[in-house]
Formats: sequence, C-alpha cells, structure tokens
Amino acid sequence: MNPRDQLLDPRLRRVIGVGAVIGVVALCLFGLWGAPPDDRQGEAMRLLYLHVPSAWLAYFAFLVTAIASALFLWPRTRSIVWDRVAGASAELGVIFTGLTLVVGSLWGRPIWGVWWAWDARLVTTAVLFFLYLGYLALRRIPGDAISTGKRNAIAALIAFVDVPIVHFSVEWWRTLHQKATVFNPELSARIEGVQALTLWIAVLAFTLVYVYLLDRRYRLAVIDDVLAEQALEQAIKIRTGDNPGVGR
Amino acid sequence: MRLWREASLVAAKDLRIEARSRIALGQILPFGIIVAILFAFALDPDSGLLTRVAPGLFWVTVLLAALLAVGRSFAVEEKSNARDGLRLTGLDGSAVFLGKMAAIAAELFFLEILLGIAVVILYGVEVNGVVVLLAAAPAATLGIASTGTLYGVLAAGLRSRETLLPLLLLPVLAPVLLGATRAFEGGLEGAPSDAWPWVGLLWIFATFYTAFGVLAFGTLWEND
Amino acid sequence: MPLVEFHSVVCLLGTFPALAGVDLQVEPRDIVLLEGPNGAGKTTLLRLIAGLIPPHSGEAQVFGLDLFKDRRSARRRLALVGHESYCYDDLTVMENLQFTFKASGVTGMEINSVLERTGLDGLAGVRHAHLSAGQRRRLALANAMVRNPELLLLDEPHAGLDEEGRACLHEIIASAPSEGRTVVLASHELELSRQLANREVRVESGTIVKSGRGEL
Repeated sequence: MNPRDQLLDPRLRRVIGVGAVIGVVALCLFGLWGAPPDDRQGEAMRLLYLHVPSAWLAYFAFLVTAIASALFLWPRTRSIVWDRVAGASAELGVIFTGLTLVVGSLWGRPIWGVWWAWDARLVTTAVLFFLYLGYLALRRIPGDAISTGKRNAIAALIAFVDVPIVHFSVEWWRTLHQKATVFNPELSARIEGVQALTLWIAVLAFTLVYVYLLDRRYRLAVIDDVLAEQALEQAIKIRTGDNPGVGR
Repeated sequence: MRLWREASLVAAKDLRIEARSRIALGQILPFGIIVAILFAFALDPDSGLLTRVAPGLFWVTVLLAALLAVGRSFAVEEKSNARDGLRLTGLDGSAVFLGKMAAIAAELFFLEILLGIAVVILYGVEVNGVVVLLAAAPAATLGIASTGTLYGVLAAGLRSRETLLPLLLLPVLAPVLLGATRAFEGGLEGAPSDAWPWVGLLWIFATFYTAFGVLAFGTLWEND
Repeated sequence: MPLVEFHSVVCLLGTFPALAGVDLQVEPRDIVLLEGPNGAGKTTLLRLIAGLIPPHSGEAQVFGLDLFKDRRSARRRLALVGHESYCYDDLTVMENLQFTFKASGVTGMEINSVLERTGLDGLAGVRHAHLSAGQRRRLALANAMVRNPELLLLDEPHAGLDEEGRACLHEIIASAPSEGRTVVLASHELELSRQLANREVRVESGTIVKSGRGEL
C-alpha cells in the first residue's frame, strides 16, 4: 500500500540535513558579521539574505507542487507519492511565502518608510499566499485516496496557472499607473564581493533546508496513511467480527 | 454536437429553475445594490471619489454576487440529492460544466446590467466608451463563471463549502478584478486605448479556464 | 454472464467501512431482495452498484464493466430509486421527467405511459416542491422508469407509499422479468417483497451473511 516509505534514501537525507545545518550556521556568520553593511541601505540590507532565498523557494516549492500534481493526474505516473509530495511542498511554499512577506515588510519599513507598498512583486506574493492557503484548506478535507488526490491535483493546477496571470496583470497595473513612487532606484543595493557570496550561501542553505523538510513532511504523510490504514483494518474487524461472511 | 446539446439541456434546466425561484433577481440583485449603497456610506459621496472608483466598486460587488450565484447553482443540485440523479443520467462531465457555467454567466450578465444601471444612477457615472464595456464585461463574466463552476464543484458537498468557496475563488479572480476594473476605467474615461490590453487579458483568462474546466470538471463531478 | 459480480468488495464512507467485504452475484432477470437491519450497508451496496461511489478494494463488475476503472458507462443501462427523489424543487413533475429522459438519451419509453403506471397522470404540471412525500416517492420511481433501465435498483421503495402506490410499484417489479429488467430491491417490507423476489440476500454489518433462492 505504501509505494515509497521514504522520499530520500536515509543516508542522503542525513547528508542533506548536516549540509543544511552547516549552511544555516554559515549564513548566520556571513549574514550578521562577515558581509559588510550596504553603503545605502545600511544594516537593513542583511534582511535580503533571508528575503531573496525564501522568495525563490516559495516559487520553487509551488513549481514542485504543480509538477507533482500533474504527475498524479497523468494515469501512467499516478501514485500516492506525488500527492504527498505536492502537499508537503505546498505547505513549505506557504511558509516561505509568509516569510518572504514578513521579511519584506520588515525591510520596507526602514528603506521605503512603509510596512507595505503596492509593489508588483509584493502584491503577487500576497495573492500567491492566499491562493495556496485555499489549496491547503482543501487538502485537509479527507476522503478516498485517489479521488481526493485528483481533487487536490486539479486545485493545485488551477492555482498554478493563475500565478503567471496574476504576476503579469499586477506588473502591468503597477507600471501603467505608477505615480509618485516610494521606490527610489538609488536605494537599490549593489551586491558584490562578500555580499554576493553570502547571498549564494543563503540560497544554498535555504534550498537544503527545503529538501530536508520536504522529506520529513513526506514521512509524516506516510505515517498518517499507515495509521489511517490500521484504523481501517480495525474498523473492518469490528464491523464484521461477529459474523464472518459467506464462503466463496 | 452531442456536447452542445447536453450542455444546453443543463443550462436550460438551471435557468428555468432560476426563473422560477427568482433567487438571482429577488435576493442577489438587491444584495448587490445594497452593497453599492453601503460603499457610498463608507466613501464620501460628495468628494467625487465615488465616481472615480465606481468601476472597482462595481466589480467587487459583482464578485460578491458571483459567490452567491455559484453557491446557489450547486445548492440546487444538493436539494433532494439531484446531483446523484444528474450523475446517474450518464451526462458527460464537460457538458455539465459548460451548462452550469453558461447558466451562471447568463445570470451574472443580467445582474451586471441592472447593477450597472444602479451604479450609473447612484454614483453619477458618465459612460463614454460603451464598446469597451461591452467587450470587457462578457469576458470578465465568463472568467468568473468558469472558475466559479470549477471551484463550486470542488466545494460542493463538503461541510465547509460556504467558507471554503470564497477562500478558493477570490484569489484566483484577482487578475479578473484588476483587468475588468482597468478596462471599465478606460471605457468610462473615454480612453479605450488603455483598456483594450486589459480586455485581451480578460478573454485569455476566460478561454483558459473554460478549457481547463472542460477537461477537469468531469473528474471532480464524478468524485473519482 | 452475471449483471453484477462482486468479490470481497470493501467500500468506505469517509473512513467508515460501510461494506466490509461483500460477495454478490445478480443474474439477468433476477428479482433480488436485500434485507437486513438498519446500517447493514444496503444503501451503500445499491449506490456502489449504480456507480455513484467508488469501491475501495476487491473486485466489482456491473454489466461486465470494472467499477474500479469506469463507473460511468454502466449508468445509462441502470436506474436507482434512492431515499430522495433526485428531482428539482422548482420544476414540475413533467419537466423533471423530461429532463431525465433527454439527459439519459433513452429510447423506447413514453413519459405519459410512465406517468400512468406510477399513478401520477393528474400531477404532470405540479412542481416537485408542492408534492407530498408519497407523491415524491412515486415521482422517484417514475424518474427511474423513464430511463427504461435494464437494471432497476430500488432502495426502500415502499416507504411512504399508500396502497395504490404499492400496487403500482408491485406491478412494475412483477413485470420486470418479462420486460427484460433485473431488479435489486432493498426493503424492510419482507412479506410483500418476498412474494416478488426469486432470491433473497441478507446483509449484516457490511457483509452478506446469507444468500439463496426463496425465503432464508
């Protein structure tokens, strides 16, 4: 019943886990002390070391969800594995999207002077957050594995194809109608040297964390399924216990 | 051919039920108009602000009304378990999708005309570019109806459907609200050149999700 | 070839095993009586045969079609009278029947003759919402019959019917074999049903505990 108990080989997972820890420690060291403050943004620039990788992973996670959902819908590749991957990745995607928004807001306060601005990327990310929140709410509703799997997969694809449309329309809206702007291009950070290195470390560390968490979340889904199966066997026993069926 | 025949059968059935029960006209339309009036309470009607933001308020109201119309379309199928009856007829899922979508779109379009007249009167809006409005409104309506029908069947039969439907539907419709509002602004200001790209976006959205629904609805409808 | 062939079929309602391993065969032109206590799984069994819900495990075929692969194809050949009428409140009796008739794409059945057989001839123009409970049961039966089904599934069809309604129901069941129909009937009206059925199946706790020709 469980086509794949572990998403990753346990040894590989341990390597990735250790790599993630090292990456995060290195990111802390470089991000807080190693990299110099930006000459225009000052210390606030350090928030970009969290903001950029979480934004990248948010999009990446939703891409993984979409691919896994498509693989689930395709009859030849249909497997509960893909439904679990889609769900696990979407949960991580929502967390990273939330992190992107929170960190972006914290960064916007000192740099732009406001907590929130109607910047195209910000708006797109916010819509994305709610799109996938809805998807996760739908996923929580139980049912038969195959039919709920298809339902989830279709909902994921509806959301995913909306992403470029949202992005495109919001981008268009903001560029067509932008008036007095809080965004001064002079404030953009120039990233080079140690700063660029730190950013690369951040992206790598976050990606490793994502892969590790994806594996762990997958494992949780497997355990949930095993428990549900045991409960079902028990329920069948209780239901038929006192009257064994007619022989074949 | 058979697809169209079956779809029009479903659409005619839904529209006949709607014509008899008059929920759209007797409840959803008054709801839309009271929302339009409440917006005037919230935004000072003397400052001219209301006139400027009228397109946005109009489409927000339409979206809220659409949530009710979609909910109603699937509530009809739940009473006396008619959904099972409809499934038992062996009708193709794509036909059911197109039929229900067409009925919702027709109801919404009808609502938009009446609500539009109300908004013109209440907010003192001047209509200049009618052609743009007539090109944008059907596209936006089909976009709302197609995604609404898809998510309507996803949420139908679930215990949390009333709360789940808005959460699922509204974020997906963000581009439609944006596009329809900009297109209407352009149309009302008589600057249609700003509006046409948005009309294009609306038609792409509607086409895309209609095609998606034709392909995917059957699976959701049959629950298999 | 049996019309219905089930081996160890498990069917879940949510996480509850409503059917916990069912073996059942229905031969053409059989009139099968399903009996058993409330909650035994009779309704689930009928809905499963009708293809409305998916089986969870086992082997399940209706008209030789595998229910795990295709639950839609067999539907045009069968009809189910469930606990509810499957009709729309705001449509009249005639409109409801016409919709089913057109949507099913059936041939060889006249709506008026079905109205007569179910004793609804005077009510054609009345909306479903205005029908009494007993009249709705008749409409449910008529709604199944307009589809001219080869396999007629009846879930507690006696409930709420008056003497005349029962007479109509029995006429339809009794003439089924001669019209080429097979009937599976779940009922608590055992005495009435046994006069009609040629096979009886006892369902308890989601399994079939007895099955045989004539009274068990």
